[in-house]
Amino acid sequence: MDLSAHDRALLSGELGPAAKTAMSILVRMGEIQNAPSLLDISQAHIDSTIYMGEAGLEFAERLASYGAKVVVPTSLNVSGLDECHWREWPVPEDWANKAQRQMRAYQSMGCVPTWTCAPYQTSMAPKFGQQIAWGESNAIVFANSVIGARTERYPDLLDICAAITGRVPAVGLHLTENRAGQLLIRLNNVPLAVQQDDSFYPVLGILLGRLAGNRIPVIDGLEARPKEDQLKALGAAAASSGAVALFHIVGVTPEAPILNDAFQGRSPHETHTIDMDELRRTRRELTTTPEAQLDMVVLGSPHFSLAEFRELAPLVSGKCRHRDVQFLITTSRIMSAQAREAGLLKPIEDFGARLTVDTCILATPMLPKSIRVLMTNSGKYAHYTPGLLAAQVVFGTMQDCVRSAVEGRVARDESLWEM
Amino acid sequence: MGNVIRGKVLVAGEGQGQLLVSNEPLSFWGGYDHQTGEIIDRRHPLSGTIASGRVLAIPHTVGSSTTTAVLLESIRAGTAPAAILVNDTDSFLALASIVADELYGRPIAVISLTQNQFASLRSGAVAKVAADGTVAIE
Repeated sequence: MDLSAHDRALLSGELGPAAKTAMSILVRMGEIQNAPSLLDISQAHIDSTIYMGEAGLEFAERLASYGAKVVVPTSLNVSGLDECHWREWPVPEDWANKAQRQMRAYQSMGCVPTWTCAPYQTSMAPKFGQQIAWGESNAIVFANSVIGARTERYPDLLDICAAITGRVPAVGLHLTENRAGQLLIRLNNVPLAVQQDDSFYPVLGILLGRLAGNRIPVIDGLEARPKEDQLKALGAAAASSGAVALFHIVGVTPEAPILNDAFQGRSPHETHTIDMDELRRTRRELTTTPEAQLDMVVLGSPHFSLAEFRELAPLVSGKCRHRDVQFLITTSRIMSAQAREAGLLKPIEDFGARLTVDTCILATPMLPKSIRVLMTNSGKYAHYTPGLLAAQVVFGTMQDCVRSAVEGRVARDESLWEM
Repeated sequence: MGNVIRGKVLVAGEGQGQLLVSNEPLSFWGGYDHQTGEIIDRRHPLSGTIASGRVLAIPHTVGSSTTTAVLLESIRAGTAPAAILVNDTDSFLALASIVADELYGRPIAVISLTQNQFASLRSGAVAKVAADGTVAIE
C-alpha cells in the first residue's frame, strides 16, 4: 500500500502511541482490502461507544491513556447507559460504572457527545459527496443512500482509528465506481396506500436486506414520496437483516434520478420482483408470537426524531396507557430537549410513556425479566429483540402500538395488508 | 482420506475444531453470545449451537457494526470460534482478530475461501487451520 509521508509518520509513532496504534490497525485492514492507498475523511461517527464487556472498555481506555485525540469532527453513537434515568431500571451498578467509563474515554478524545444512532438528524449530518467514516449500520446506510455522503461499512473499533488519523483505506463506497447498483428490485402491484404507510418501510427493508446480502440494491417502481423517517426505517431494517450499506431508490435518492444513473450505465447482476405476498410474509415473520398479551411498547430504533414526536403526540393526547403495558420511547437527549421545547412531551408523559435517552433497550440491560412480549413499529427492534433480549416481539404501526397500549392487548389494523 | 484447501489469509492464526457451517450470513451482535459462545439469532439455522472452539464457516457477516466488538469480547473471554472461514473479504471479523492481536497478542485465524471451496465444507468434520491459510479437513 502506498502511504503518504504523514501516514508513515503516524505509523512510526512520531505523533504518539494512539496515532501509531490507530494507523497500524488501518494499514493492516487496508492490506486485507487490497487498498492502493489511504484517503482523507472529514467526519466520523463512533459506534464503539456501546459498552458490552471488558475488551471494548480496555480498547477505549488504552487509546485514551495514550492521549488519543480525534482530528475530524466526530459524533458519538448510543452508549451503554442512560446517564439520566438508569437508576429507574434494574441496570446493575457494575455495568453502569463501566459503561460510564467507556463514555468518558471517548469524550476525552474530543468527540462530541451526541449519543445517538441517528446522527444524520442532528447538526452533524454530513453533506452530499463528503468522505466520512461512520460506524452504526443504520447511520451508514442513511448517510450513503439518503444523503449521498461516502462511507464504507465501518465496524466498531475501526471508526475511532479513522477519527484519530483522519485516514481510511481508499476502497469500497468511498469510490464512485463502487457505488453503482448491483441488484434490481422491482415493486409489482404494491398499492399506493401501502407504499404511503409507515409500516411498509421496515417490512421492505427486512426483505431488501435478505435479498441483497452485501450487494447494492436498487428499488424501482416506488410511486410514493417517502418521508425522511420512512427512509430511516427502511435502511435500518435492511442493515439489520442484511449487510446493506447503500441502496438507491429511482427518483428518490440523490444518486438515482433515473434507473440508468443508479446502475452507472451497467446492467443489474440480477432482478427480483417484490409483490404483496412476499411483503405480507415478511411482515408476518417480524412478529414472533400469536398471543395478544403484551408487556411493553417500545418506539425509537433508530432514535425517535422530532417529526416522530410530532406524529405521536396527537395520537396519545387525552389517552392513558393500560396499567399492565409499559410504553417506552428511546431517543437522544438532544432530540428529547427539542421535543420538550416544542411542547410535545407533555401529552406523551401524561399518557404514561417514559423516555430513555442516549442508549436503547438493546444496548443497555435495563428491562426487567418480567418484560416478555414487546410491541414495536421498528423493523430493527423487531429483528434483534428475540436474540438480544430473549423476548417475543410483535410488529405494528405507531397507531397499532398506541391502541394496543391503551387496550392492554395486541390490536392491529390489518385492513391495509389484506387489500 | 482428508481434504486440504488453501484459502486467502485475512488474519493469520492457527486453530482446530469441528466445522460448523452455514450458508446464511450472521450478525454477531444479536447473533452470538460472547459469554457462552452460543449462536442466538433465533431466525438463523445455527441458532442454539455452540460455536466456541469450533471452526465456524459463514459466507459473511450482516447487520450491526458491533459484530466486531462482540467477536473481540469473545476472543478475550475464550468463547470465540477456534477459527473462522468466510467466502468474502469480511472486514468486521478480520478487524476483531487484528485488534485482539494488538491488545492481547491473541488473533484468531480468519480465512477467505472461494465459492467452490466454501461449498465443499460440511458440518461435523474436523478442520485444522494453519497460519498459511491451509485448511486440512479430516
